[in-house]
Amino acid sequence: MINFLQKSINNKGRAYFFLALATLSVVLLTGTMKAAVGFLLIFGTPLYFMEKMHDYSTTGERFTRYVFLVISASVLIFLIAPVLIIMPLSFNAEPYFTFTDGMLSFDSEAYSARWYLDILHNGMKAPEAIEGWWSDMWNNAQWVRAARNSFFIATVSAIIATTLGTLAALGLSRPEMPQRALITSLLISPMIVPLVITATGMFFFYSSIGIAKTYTGVILAHVTLGVPFVIITVTATLSGFDMSLVRASQNMGANGWTTFRRIIMPLILPGMISGALFAFITSLDEVVAVLFIADVEQRTIPRQMFSGIREQISPTILAVASILVVMSVALLTVLELLRRRSEKLRGMSPG
Amino acid sequence: MTTANPSIDQANTLPLKEKLAKTTAIQRRRAFLLTLPLVLFLLISFVFPIGQMLFNSIHNNKVSAVVPDFATAIQQWDGQGLPSEATFEIFVKDLAKAKKVREVGRTVGNMATRINYEMPGSRSLFTKSARKAGKIKQGPYKEALIKIDKKWANPQVWLTLQRASHDISPSFYVAAMDLKYNETGEVVEADELYQIYLDNFIKTLWLAALITFICVLLAYPVAYLLSVLPLRQSNLLMIMVLLPFWTSLLVRTTAWIAILQTEGVINDLLVYFGVIGDDGRIQMIYNQTGTIIAMVHILLPFMILPLYSVMKTIQPTYMRAALSMGSKPFYAYRRVYLPQTIPGLAAGTLLVFILAIGYYITPALVGGQDGLLISNLIAYHIQKSLNWSLGAALGTMLLVVVLLLYWVYNKLIGIDKLKFG
Repeated sequence: MINFLQKSINNKGRAYFFLALATLSVVLLTGTMKAAVGFLLIFGTPLYFMEKMHDYSTTGERFTRYVFLVISASVLIFLIAPVLIIMPLSFNAEPYFTFTDGMLSFDSEAYSARWYLDILHNGMKAPEAIEGWWSDMWNNAQWVRAARNSFFIATVSAIIATTLGTLAALGLSRPEMPQRALITSLLISPMIVPLVITATGMFFFYSSIGIAKTYTGVILAHVTLGVPFVIITVTATLSGFDMSLVRASQNMGANGWTTFRRIIMPLILPGMISGALFAFITSLDEVVAVLFIADVEQRTIPRQMFSGIREQISPTILAVASILVVMSVALLTVLELLRRRSEKLRGMSPG
Repeated sequence: MTTANPSIDQANTLPLKEKLAKTTAIQRRRAFLLTLPLVLFLLISFVFPIGQMLFNSIHNNKVSAVVPDFATAIQQWDGQGLPSEATFEIFVKDLAKAKKVREVGRTVGNMATRINYEMPGSRSLFTKSARKAGKIKQGPYKEALIKIDKKWANPQVWLTLQRASHDISPSFYVAAMDLKYNETGEVVEADELYQIYLDNFIKTLWLAALITFICVLLAYPVAYLLSVLPLRQSNLLMIMVLLPFWTSLLVRTTAWIAILQTEGVINDLLVYFGVIGDDGRIQMIYNQTGTIIAMVHILLPFMILPLYSVMKTIQPTYMRAALSMGSKPFYAYRRVYLPQTIPGLAAGTLLVFILAIGYYITPALVGGQDGLLISNLIAYHIQKSLNWSLGAALGTMLLVVVLLLYWVYNKLIGIDKLKFG
């Protein structure tokens, strides 16, 4: 019997046969096809990846590899599914947070873009009016105002964080830098210190100097939180930097500024842009400091989502979330392209 | 370098050693000056505010600011019986004066709240007495005050007042550690009903450890898979790790609410397939389970990425060598592969644990009652109950743990080794 099993698993055809048998029993047990499709996806896909295994692999090896692939696939699905699942949910025609029967049977009536429209309409004085619709939307719609705030704050803080962070990274990557370890850990600590502590401290201090509940306060907070990301990315870019280029340029009479502008900056620019994007995303996603420091006037998208989740949970939040996911995909693509370019510039192999 | 020109003649006369030392000093100063703007910025916007906040945990002047003369006078009292008639007189006069103050932080109400932390239920004693204190025109003040409220004859009130008159005191750490002062001023365990902070601290550490452990279990196989697959395939799968990593925290929390709530995707699917009945829907969110699931999802990339970058550098030939020499696969894995991944494991574990114990947003949104962490309690005291000193004391305790772990991280791995993507 064991001998028979061993042969069957070793033989790929037989493995598929067993899978088909198991799927059939799932169909019989649950009485639906959907369960069978799910079963096939989770337990069948790993078999495909096992095609490349050597013929001399033992049963134990095959079994371990199979289990390993099933686990890895499940973890990856666990990671990506929540991000993807909100997209179809955001097109729900009903004000529910789940798939309706109509959605599951792909009834076009059950899908609608009403929540995307609601992003614009929420807070508008007269969403149906034709005259003055644009200015009404631009000035009164809550989400639009939150988006304007978010982008303004994120852009300004990313610029400041990148400027200060790049300067500091240039200093840190010099071989003569004194107290490098201490200063590096100080500059990266905003990422490590619990946000509640940072936000509380800033709230008290900024209140006492009168910049709490202002854009200045929020921007200062976001610069602080974005700086570690700039330091890490730019330092990583500088780690492969050829210092003899600097000496060569100085040898030819360039001063510090010219050397930076003409030699260093073009080479570390991809790193700087990645750092800026990191700082930008950090600010765009930050909510704790905003909760403590900002007022209604400085409400950002995450802040608006936070109160949305707490107070009146509606699929509008899912629509906003879907838009943000699409934005992250775009940012991720840019970051990946920058990374490749940076590696090409520094003469490293791609990958 | 143009700046060096004027001193060339002079520099030439110096011995080589000194010249070298001078140049090095200049270069060191230059490197440091580049970091200076950011260091100064962070000192002002980050280090100083936190330091000031932490100072709040031992500093509270709510008594001495309201009744300044009394705060000095009560220090003379030896704690036996009741304070002297003179002290009573100063107290009544201070109280009558304080009644007229409207400035925030200096009202009788502020002092009453401060004392109320240590003597629950004593708030009205102060507000009532302050209203009537103006009417007491002459002595004996002791009897007059006790006539307003009998509690003034209780030495414990005066002991608490004496203790709170010190601007600098450890009282808030006493409270944060679930202790209290008893009638004679000794530190004892607080009533069971009020013992919430240490329990919450332990729960936070335990949940953070559990989340870290789950992350290790889930991240290890995925990181391994990513490290052995051909570049084209692993890049594709890497997107599945990086996309959630770069998606907004609130988006992911929202997604988990949509998935886990009782009317959500998972419960609907289970009902649809008949695993559970419509009335047997499982509560998976707004409790500890919800916090754990959502936080594992959010922190998992922080475990996968360091593990992956270490596993990528491990030579597959080592494992093959061990296997070809007759080792059993598991033994070879345990003795050859696993030890090489320790740096990545340590980096991921520390990072996830550090981030987990300070987490605020996710527990606040999906934690319900029993899923709240220490950060949520701190925020509660800062924003709702306005007991800033207690919030600061809890914050200090959290910060000490985090900084300790950060120090270990720096010693073991080095923060500059951190990379994203």
